[in-house]
Amino acid sequence: MARVTVSVIQFGGSNCDRDAVRALDEIGVDAELVWHEDGLPAATSGVVFPGGFSYGDYLRAGAMAARSPIVEEVRDAAADGTPVLGVCNGAQIGSESGLTPGAFTTNRSARFQCEHVHLRVENADTPWTAAYDEGEVIELPIAHGEGRFEIADDRLEELEREDRILFRYCDADGEVTEDANPNGSKHNVAGVLGDRDSVAVLMPHPERAALPDIGPTDGQGVLEGFAE
Amino acid sequence: MTAYTATVTVRLKRGVLDPEAETTQRQLERLGFDLADLRSADQFEIDVDATDADAAAERADEMAERLLANPTIHDYTVEVAERDA
Repeated sequence: MARVTVSVIQFGGSNCDRDAVRALDEIGVDAELVWHEDGLPAATSGVVFPGGFSYGDYLRAGAMAARSPIVEEVRDAAADGTPVLGVCNGAQIGSESGLTPGAFTTNRSARFQCEHVHLRVENADTPWTAAYDEGEVIELPIAHGEGRFEIADDRLEELEREDRILFRYCDADGEVTEDANPNGSKHNVAGVLGDRDSVAVLMPHPERAALPDIGPTDGQGVLEGFAE
Repeated sequence: MTAYTATVTVRLKRGVLDPEAETTQRQLERLGFDLADLRSADQFEIDVDATDADAAAERADEMAERLLANPTIHDYTVEVAERDA
């Protein structure tokens, strides 16, 4: 496998940054931590916005980080085809920056939720889901207080028409039900694509389900989006 | 230049679920209050110096567009008043 270097962007309050590097290393993808003020390294072959609580979730989760200068660099790189993945707080940064559609806001429960969920693969024809089959059910952890996917109804229909929904919350049998929706997300959406297939965000944590010594490795397939 | 305070109020769009407001409403009802509905909003008071009120409002409007509100889920209003500098 070719060695490529993925930049995992650290903001003050990021806390899944090292997990992402470790998980990428596990599948043979070289990754390094990049402090946001240092700018995006020229040789970056991919970008991860990791989970955490950047800027203490002030104003809205991801709102501050999304307006930091490095995000403009990531936007340019994404426009050139560099793969970009946002996980949890990184997903909030993705949507707050407009890299991906919709918004992730307060859970229906109004509580922080830390649990395992089932996800149905909605579109297996993307770099992030090519390791799975369409309709396959995978299990990943979630850990968020603001993960409810919100978007205008007509925009959601557009996303669905364009096949830009990556994952939906479902039960163990793959049924997309209200009971299986942990946070009240519209149409159970857990992850979406940006304008191009190479840009994606999701609230569940693939990097927390990627090391065989710890447990299931269902998340590895998402990270394979960075493998060449 | 005149001293103004621009007040930006950011609200969830109608129809967007607000679990914190619902929880607050339930708690008020538990305290015995009778209310039909409750909406919460964020308010920002921004002191600016500008040539006139329109210029102050325009600057605050841009702040709301760029950061204070998220257009996917929020509506916002801007009000400008002169302040004692």
